[in-house]
Amino acid sequence: MVGLEHYLILAAVLFAIGLYGALAKRNAIIILMSIELMLNAVNIAMVAFSRYIVPLQLTGQIFAIFVMVVAAAEVAVGLAIIIAIYRHHKTIDATKIDLMKW
Amino acid sequence: MFSETVFTPLFLPELTLLVSAVVVILLDLFVKRKWWLAAVSIAGIVVSAGFAIAMWGGDSQSIFFGMMAVDNFAIFFKLLFLVIAALVILASTDYVAKFARFQGEYYALVLLSALGMMLMAATTELISIYIALELTSISLYILVGFLKDPKSTEASLKYLLLGAVASAILLFGMALVFGFTGQTQLGEIAAAIQSLSLSGVVSSPGLMLGIVLMIAGFGFKIAAVPFHMWVPDVYEGAPTPVTAYLSVASKAAGFAVILRVFYSAFGIPSWLSLDWMLIFAILAAVGMTVGNIIALTQTNIKRMLGYSSIAQAGYLMVGLAAVSFLWESSYRGTVTGQGGLLFFLASYALTNLGAFTAIIAISNKLDSDLIADYSGMGKRAPLLALALTLCLISLIGMPPAAGFMAKFYIFSGAVQQGLLWLVIIAVINSVISAYYYLRVVKVMWLGKPASATRVPSSIALRVALAISCLGVLVLGIIPGFVMKLAEMAAQMFVS
Repeated sequence: MVGLEHYLILAAVLFAIGLYGALAKRNAIIILMSIELMLNAVNIAMVAFSRYIVPLQLTGQIFAIFVMVVAAAEVAVGLAIIIAIYRHHKTIDATKIDLMKW
Repeated sequence: MFSETVFTPLFLPELTLLVSAVVVILLDLFVKRKWWLAAVSIAGIVVSAGFAIAMWGGDSQSIFFGMMAVDNFAIFFKLLFLVIAALVILASTDYVAKFARFQGEYYALVLLSALGMMLMAATTELISIYIALELTSISLYILVGFLKDPKSTEASLKYLLLGAVASAILLFGMALVFGFTGQTQLGEIAAAIQSLSLSGVVSSPGLMLGIVLMIAGFGFKIAAVPFHMWVPDVYEGAPTPVTAYLSVASKAAGFAVILRVFYSAFGIPSWLSLDWMLIFAILAAVGMTVGNIIALTQTNIKRMLGYSSIAQAGYLMVGLAAVSFLWESSYRGTVTGQGGLLFFLASYALTNLGAFTAIIAISNKLDSDLIADYSGMGKRAPLLALALTLCLISLIGMPPAAGFMAKFYIFSGAVQQGLLWLVIIAVINSVISAYYYLRVVKVMWLGKPASATRVPSSIALRVALAISCLGVLVLGIIPGFVMKLAEMAAQMFVS
């Protein structure tokens, strides 16, 4: 029987993979994809909580829809910025975009 | 509860700002003289502020089915954001010439992010808090990259990637809090936590993890220390007016949302609030020490002010650690952590805006942000140098500037809450900070000017600078009025 725990473990694992990718990957687009993975992990957790904790309300599902919409907006801006970066640096390798360092 | 209509006059300040942002974008297509855009933006801000002032002092009300609160706390912050946005727009009228084609978008994005911040201070429900936060953040990501030169786009990318990770972490925290309480409305979360009858941190690790993740997510917005890595790069790369805006408005919005969420959702039971107050106390101590020590070695003035703003976030978090839940008659008349925090935010906003406005004028002429190039500025531009000196003195926290009263209030609030150790660390840090602030003053007044040419500045910029400096002096010499407003705003929490 699949229960709430399984969904939460899946969400936690996905979130951790996403966080790892966001911190360890060099390609800016892969980093954006990893962030999407983190947001999707959140969506799974939201919907699972909503289904098992408050089955009569749709709070979690609505939250997930809003998260998706905002994530789409964020990615649109993110890709535009990555294109601008590519024009200047001729690379999207995050380790080579280092004009400013402390 | 369901008797509300969709439209409510209590939403007018936000609506006005939204309409003026759209009008500015459309107007940009038709007008040749671009100063019209700034004028329309300012007009929108003034009307919006008028609506907000008209609501001041009323009872707390809840609109949109408990998603937004209209109370003195929200109105205090709305007015603060509107003042900041107006000053930033005034200060950027010269600077926008650098992005010739997109001036309308620039002003519209400033207005939209101000709208997001106003919503951040007012929303009382997790979904709308997230939307408000993202409205602010996405507008700011674009504004940071507005110069389109290598540094600016790099700053923008760093801000976007780190900001998106931070908001994902915040969301995961929200998901856990929602999961363990079954609610997203802050007041109902508080009620649900009480009904869980928990007995300590270990009794619900999931909920505690959610709260900690939310602290991390919000900590990014206010540049608290382990989440501050974006600050220096973004401050250095962004267009200077945007840096000014970012350093005060986005930070103030972060503190507004933290105060509201942690106060109304996680305020009771008392062991829970003591837990997160302790976390903020530790973050405060680490933040001011790290910020001040790294700032000592900086050579770029925007980067230096970036580290200084990390340190200032540390002082501000002293106020979060000293939040008072008591409002008994014996407490009336004494300064509480949250009142001091609101006053500090107002004075910090004026001070930093003043400093950055002077920097905009000077670096427009010099085309450089290096502190060494400010040599002899006291002779080349005496008024600008005087204004910058006043603001730097205020940042140190010396009388007669606003920073002194702000630190006085926030530290005395902390002492009342028994946080003497934190106040001692903060005072030692203020002394350290004097070194790097005064270094700029020394270079400006005692250094040799590189050339004899004067530094020109437009009238709008001078007005912005004059308002900021006047504000700094007024808040420093007669702080009573603003402090009273701050206390009134803070009272909304203790019913």
